[in-house]
Amino acid sequence: MSALVEVKNLKKYFEVPRGMLHAVDDVSFKIESGQTMGIVGESGCGKSTLGRVIIHLLDSTDGQIFFEGKDITRASRRQLRKLREDMKIIFQDPYASLNPRFTVEQTIMEPLLISGKFSHKASSEEAERLMDMVGIDQRLRLAYPHELDGGRRQRVGIARALALNPKFIVCDEPVSALDVSIQAQVLNLLQDLQDQHQLTYMFVTHDLSVVRHISDHICVMYLGVLVETCESKELFRHPLHPYTQALISAVPTIDIHHKRERVILQGEISSPINPKPGCRFRKRCIYKAPECYQAQELVEILPQHFVACCRAKEINHL
Amino acid sequence: MTANLNSFLEIKDLVVEYTSEGSVIHAVNGVSFSLERGKTFGLVGETGAGKTSIAKAILRILPDPPAKIKNGQIFLEGEDLLKIDEKNMRKIRGRKISMIFQDPMTALNPIMKVGKQIEEVIKLHNTISSKQAREEAGKMLELVGIPGERFNDYPHQFSGGMKQRVIIAMALACNPELLLADEPTTALDVTIQAQVLEMINKLKQELGTSMIMISHNLGVVADICDDLAVVYAGEVVEMGSKAAIFDRAAHPYTTGLFAAVPTLEEEKDRLAPISGLPPDPSNLPLGCHFYPRCPIAGEECKLGKIPLIEIEAGHFCRCIKIAAMES
Amino acid sequence: MLNPSGMAATPGTIKKQNQFSVVLRRLSKNSSAMIGLIVVIILVLMAIFAPLIAPYPYDKQNLLNTRKPPSAEHIMGTDELGRDIFSRIVYGSRYSLSIGFLAVLFSNLIGMTLGALAGYFGGITDDIIMRLIDIIQSIPGILLAIAISVVLGPGFINTLIALGFGAITMACRLMRASVLGIRHQEFLEAAVSNNASTFRIITRHVVPNSFAPVLVGATMSIGNVIMSAAMLSFIGLGIQPPTPEWGAMISGGRALIRSCPWMVTFPGIFIMLTVLAFNMLGDGLRDALDPKLKK
Repeated sequence: MSALVEVKNLKKYFEVPRGMLHAVDDVSFKIESGQTMGIVGESGCGKSTLGRVIIHLLDSTDGQIFFEGKDITRASRRQLRKLREDMKIIFQDPYASLNPRFTVEQTIMEPLLISGKFSHKASSEEAERLMDMVGIDQRLRLAYPHELDGGRRQRVGIARALALNPKFIVCDEPVSALDVSIQAQVLNLLQDLQDQHQLTYMFVTHDLSVVRHISDHICVMYLGVLVETCESKELFRHPLHPYTQALISAVPTIDIHHKRERVILQGEISSPINPKPGCRFRKRCIYKAPECYQAQELVEILPQHFVACCRAKEINHL
Repeated sequence: MTANLNSFLEIKDLVVEYTSEGSVIHAVNGVSFSLERGKTFGLVGETGAGKTSIAKAILRILPDPPAKIKNGQIFLEGEDLLKIDEKNMRKIRGRKISMIFQDPMTALNPIMKVGKQIEEVIKLHNTISSKQAREEAGKMLELVGIPGERFNDYPHQFSGGMKQRVIIAMALACNPELLLADEPTTALDVTIQAQVLEMINKLKQELGTSMIMISHNLGVVADICDDLAVVYAGEVVEMGSKAAIFDRAAHPYTTGLFAAVPTLEEEKDRLAPISGLPPDPSNLPLGCHFYPRCPIAGEECKLGKIPLIEIEAGHFCRCIKIAAMES
Repeated sequence: MLNPSGMAATPGTIKKQNQFSVVLRRLSKNSSAMIGLIVVIILVLMAIFAPLIAPYPYDKQNLLNTRKPPSAEHIMGTDELGRDIFSRIVYGSRYSLSIGFLAVLFSNLIGMTLGALAGYFGGITDDIIMRLIDIIQSIPGILLAIAISVVLGPGFINTLIALGFGAITMACRLMRASVLGIRHQEFLEAAVSNNASTFRIITRHVVPNSFAPVLVGATMSIGNVIMSAAMLSFIGLGIQPPTPEWGAMISGGRALIRSCPWMVTFPGIFIMLTVLAFNMLGDGLRDALDPKLKK
């Protein structure tokens, strides 16, 4: 299985009044076909920006993006047209991600009509099929977004993303805005669709429980930097980076008899604008040492388990 | 009905309705529970279950119109809050009972310095000089972990987590006896949430504050609450101690919630969602409100109002099927 | 007060709900808006059926019957050339209403386009457009209209341009602000990821979701334009007699305001009614188009 998507040293900086915002800073990883890569992190870690840069909704600042082995970093207009059919995105906000003046049918038909491959009638039939695929009642074909609940709106967004049989879908916090009982429905749907259509997902979220449930591999991000990446189960068996450890320990548990040992981080998440060299997590890390002022490299500490922390071996007694 | 004089707060048969464009929304349909002094009570449920309406009813800040408290009694230390006049209620709000709202972004006045906002709250409820109020406000900020030099900063200069801490400082400024917290950490990052929850726990112990915590997050509830009630369609469907609910959840909705949520503890191949959608509060089904989505429902569940049945000491469940199984 | 997750149980088959009829229905609940609408409709009918309503041709002079107060034959009296004032008012509605409507239409279309481009593209486009708007707006409205009218000369089309020009700025700002409000909503990103052309995005996604404030501003500025047209005529620019534009009628009668007050009063009342009606309608439209407002 060759990697469907690969990014190498990807950077995305934004110019802001106060300086340069390092949204994504030197990130590299591969996503195999048919797999789900979970990208997890908190506010300002750059996970949403990362997804948008990969599918060319934003231009990258530096680095390379590969799709099906080809370098697509600087894509021509024609290439971009084809790429946009293969790489899609599902958004977080089920309210803002649909045009309030388009019916369900119009929203799903739009990518079909724009592609030029479908007549109006054929688009309508295809939209019907897609609605069935994601579990939207045909009676809602002419409904407007404000008449639907969050879960149904999200399904419309999913149907829209699937319209032209994409290979890769960036799921940007697709269930965060939904009620708990609906979240499960949508997560199951995403998994089923992946099995049925051999989809590859990049699943972006801040929710560790969700990412663990749905991902094969996970990348943990902090302030634009990839701090740890490995297989999903492995991450929770052996979290190596101090941030990952703190993050996992911070998740409130429903097991009332076994309290997790909490690592309470001090201080706030620092600003991604004009970051100082060295480890970005340094300020809040309990293992801070002089070496942390140098640039951190992603190093293979355990088999297929990469960590960007100069003291990773030491901290974990390896 | 007289109040149970042992409880600090007691709510009896609360009914809240909203009238909107001709239709009536039954937000709260006969909710009763009580809270002991110094303890934390959780209200768990999803959007629209009525939890926020309950909290706002206690503080009597429901917008009227369109909301109306149709029935019920809210006893605070034996006194029915729904019967006292507005003047006396104002003395209680902010002083005896305080509330933290969900969205820290909009709960602070953007053009007033943060320290001043806390100072204002203090002055409103105490007859002390401005200087003293300012000192108290400074102390509150330190208590929630915000360095004193940030007293004169504006809300936009703080991150979400810090804003929430300011709000908590404001809510606790007058050392209220009861704190109503409406999803106080939902909008926060996980690591910040952990900080804020830890701080709330610490303050609770130090100040002896009683608390009602509203959340849809079972983990957060497990962290902070002593007892809890699961709310669905404006009704309490299950109620009991933390141990009772987390170890021996009975109501199909509660067990459904536990099964539907991915956790770090358990590995689930597939989540078990609760089928269907939350009910329309302007058009609630007769009989059990959960009937359309319930995996074990039977014909008898459609008839008449289902009572809250005590299935073990202190553990209540609004389900005739479960009650039958337990006995 | 319904919660944001929509809380609909499985609804029945949703019929195609015409957005237009939804707005109309909401408008009908607003009594002042309905009064405004009815008055506007009456005025429009009056303009269309002028030949049937007016008892006399508007330019028929009768030098034996000048400056007569209201009577049975001339219910609003006659002017200094013996013309029936009521007939002139009826015909005058054509000019006043069409000037109002057309000037607002042309200025709002231009303003909307500029505002949409400025809001959507931002950056240099936004800077250039907004500086142009600033320049136009720095000249007080009526002075601008006067200046353009002087340069272009009298006449219907020229007056249209003079009056409409100033209104471009409001339409542009309203549109730009509205577009900025939705600029970062994800459905626009979705359209990009669907390979929609920029033209398609602006016309099918941006404009339909942001033109509502402009529409409201437009109905309200119709009243303004009619008043400005009256003012221009009053000072001798714009539409000139014998064309029975209401402002020109006031202008023509100003010398006789003491002795023959009906010559200025009736046109004045009609101007006031028209402006009021459009403003009430505009107010109601704003409320009806705002989905967040629930009665």
